[in-house]
Amino acid sequence: MTSEPYTPVIVGFLCNWCSYRAADLAGTARLTYAPTMRPIRVMCTARVEPQFVIKALREGADGVLIAGCHPGECHYVEGNIKALRRYTLLKQMLRQFGIEEERVQIVWAAASESKVLADAVDQMTLTLQALGPLRWRQTVLNGHGAEQAVRESADVRRAALAAQEVEGER
Amino acid sequence: MSEERVGVYVCHCGTNIAKTVDVQDVATWAAGQPHVTVARDYKFMCSSLGQEMVEQDIQEQGLTRVVVAACSPHMHEKTFQGACERAGLNRFMFEMANIRELNSWTTKDRESATQKAKSMVRGAVERVVHHRPLDMLPVPINPNTLIVGGGIAGITAALDIANAGYHVYLVEREPSIGGHMAQVDKTFPTLDCAACILTPRMVDVGQHPNITLLSYSELEQVDGHVGNFTVRVRKKARFVNEALCTGCGDCIEKCPGKTLDEVFEVGLGYRKAVYKPFPQAVPKYPVIDTESCIFFQRGKCKACELVCPTHAIDFTQKDEYLQLQVGNIILATGYDLFDARTIPQYGYGRLANVFTSMEFERMVNAAGPTDGQIVLRDGVTPPKSVGIIHCVGSRDKHYHEYCSRVCCMYSLKFAHLIHERLPDTEVYNFYIDIRASGKRYEEFYHRVLEEGTHFIRGRVAEVTDAARMPGEEGKLIIQAEDTLIGKQRRIPVDMVILSTGVQSRHDSHEVAQLFGMGCDFNGYFIERHPKLDPVLTMSDGVFIAGACQGPMAIPETVAQAGSAASQVISLISQGTLMMEPIRARINPDKCSGCRICNNLCPYHAITFHADRKVSEVITAMCQGCGACVSACPSSAITGAHFTAQQVMSQIEGILWDVRETIPLMAR
Ligand SMILES: Cc1cc2nc3c(=O)[nH]c(=O)nc-3n(C[C@H](O)[C@H](O)[C@H](O)COP(=O)(O)OP(=O)(O)OC[C@H]3O[C@@H](n4cnc5c(N)ncnc54)[C@H](O)[C@@H]3O)c2cc1C
Ligand code: FES
Repeated sequence: MTSEPYTPVIVGFLCNWCSYRAADLAGTARLTYAPTMRPIRVMCTARVEPQFVIKALREGADGVLIAGCHPGECHYVEGNIKALRRYTLLKQMLRQFGIEEERVQIVWAAASESKVLADAVDQMTLTLQALGPLRWRQTVLNGHGAEQAVRESADVRRAALAAQEVEGER
Repeated sequence: MSEERVGVYVCHCGTNIAKTVDVQDVATWAAGQPHVTVARDYKFMCSSLGQEMVEQDIQEQGLTRVVVAACSPHMHEKTFQGACERAGLNRFMFEMANIRELNSWTTKDRESATQKAKSMVRGAVERVVHHRPLDMLPVPINPNTLIVGGGIAGITAALDIANAGYHVYLVEREPSIGGHMAQVDKTFPTLDCAACILTPRMVDVGQHPNITLLSYSELEQVDGHVGNFTVRVRKKARFVNEALCTGCGDCIEKCPGKTLDEVFEVGLGYRKAVYKPFPQAVPKYPVIDTESCIFFQRGKCKACELVCPTHAIDFTQKDEYLQLQVGNIILATGYDLFDARTIPQYGYGRLANVFTSMEFERMVNAAGPTDGQIVLRDGVTPPKSVGIIHCVGSRDKHYHEYCSRVCCMYSLKFAHLIHERLPDTEVYNFYIDIRASGKRYEEFYHRVLEEGTHFIRGRVAEVTDAARMPGEEGKLIIQAEDTLIGKQRRIPVDMVILSTGVQSRHDSHEVAQLFGMGCDFNGYFIERHPKLDPVLTMSDGVFIAGACQGPMAIPETVAQAGSAASQVISLISQGTLMMEPIRARINPDKCSGCRICNNLCPYHAITFHADRKVSEVITAMCQGCGACVSACPSSAITGAHFTAQQVMSQIEGILWDVRETIPLMAR
């Protein structure tokens, strides 16, 4: 992790109906893209808890990509809108953590849009290369001290709750 | 957890995976990972030998979980779940790592592909140890079927299902069923008269005891899922009481309101304000069009009411809303015609004697506005020469890149019909390629060639009335490059027919959205698989048939309709369908009664028990999206097979090589 050319690690949460299929199609169509994304299938982007994203970053990922159906096309009507709302709040929290916003991205890729998905991975890989490794430990823990981190993980919880309340109003 | 015994199987998929991923290395490595009892690699895991290997290991090695690293779960998850089941292991004690579509096919970098494969395997292993046995959920199938669109596709599917003894609701937007086929005269390549083969089937639909025909109706809303959909239909006011009307047609005859028929006669003929689109319309009841009705516009007239012998005219009729319960749905909404005005250089709408293909179909039709006479726009003069321009709007980057598949053949049909009716008239077909690939199509092409039609190969640049040379005065001049002789040609003709292509319905995206399915870039509904599942969609219980899936002629349309019908019949005859039990469940002991989840559920599947102050998921209505699971502040909701523990463990697994050990305190 010094001056070696650095290959970022991205955790990709792909919704079962659009983006996982877009990824499948990217393979079937033999689109070449960076082998940096490690996929996790979820039924819908709405299933992606903010805690999953934090977990991935804390466990060593340099970035997280959430990919789902286009607004209006979610298999479950508007799960992706719920995901988008959570994501917006999550970004605020990341800022408080001292984590660059670009490390977590959301993209809409329909089942036919293999290219959109592949490009998103490539693009994000470049972005992360420019940012450098995340190094959660130094950035978040050592930056503020462990005590602070504990307090902030309470913040995570509170912000998550806030996100849910906004949703609950609808 | 440590007593779990996981078997890992890494597939070569011939060379599809093995070429890019060092599968042996992955298997050897996997054998040393936590929980793993046995790890193997094999040429084709999905083969019967591969499956037997898994079954044997489950039994002999006492495996409690299985991971297969191979292709997409959308391809073979069910296959291996079956193998687990056969060996006595619950099908959900299985996880697939997609190292083909999501890995080996997307890179040439062997080292990182192998590393990524290891991560995916490790993720799957960490996840699978947290899997719980689940039972499939039986869902009863409502035996009623909804068919949307009453063209030849919808008609065929409706009759097939109704004849099998099941009830069908056929919803058609126009006053009559029949679709585009009712407009055409003869059908290529056999030249059967369309009406002669279509009308008997239309009548069968109208009279079938198992078919409820809802014409002049639109879909408003669709809820539910396979086996149990609730559909709201708006039956537009006809202003004619169907229970009283005998279809005698006296009202039509006496109606003084006359208007251009833009729909069925594509603007070539007129109809009354109270009308049936065509004489053989099914159902036989006319419709009053309020736009052209003198009473609706000026408050006076009611001539129809006066003459109706059964007092069936009802000016006070209102739109009616119906709620239908159905188990399956077939979409057969067909296509729209390409608008010839989009290409101004061909002169449609500006030069009187430029016609569209559908106008010509109506013109040659004996029941059409000219009684089958081929005449110029003046209504009397037969043309001495006709130019037919193929591929208008199709195979053209500026409009539709795809081939409309029917234009070549109907253009040949037109050439033949002109020769038949006007033997002295010259016919010129301007084409890019002749696409005559159907059964007996090529033979038909040869027949037209022998009849003396001139074929000019090349795209037409323009149609103009500006004469430049002797013999061009008063004519339409077709300017085209003849690519066979490599020369520009100007052919003066009396009549031009534009063989306009077909395109998806203008509202196909909205319709698709009602059903939670997708359209391709051209607006046609997306099939589940272009080769193997052409009539299935990504939405279970929703099928597609005919030209709404892509351009096609009548034979393919009918074949697809039959296929969709048999899919539906097979589901109905099973009676119940086994659904994946990926559903949410609320632990009442943990639920705080905050009700945040209640409004989040898009299916209204969560009820609140005010007495106990807890929410509950109605399993039959839950679709398993997980929105409520992620939102519950008390972590009281579990999403079966996508629990937080399972996903968290998978995250740890896929990041096995980059994990930093974090002090316990911060965890
Ligand atoms: C000029 C021309 C000539 C042709 N000649 C031939 C020929 O000779 N031989 C041949 O094999 N093929 C021919 N074809 C092709 C033929 O027309 C099609 O294959 C066939 O009509 C497709 O049938 P369909 O039922 O899929 O669609 P359609 O005929 O388009 O029927 C769809 C029906 O659905 C209804 N509908 C649409 N949307 C909704 C909605 N949202 N709600 C309710 N109802 C709805 C429509 O009103 C219509 O009745 C020709 C095509 C053209 C353009
Ligand atoms: S199912 Fe794809 S985002 Fe909801």
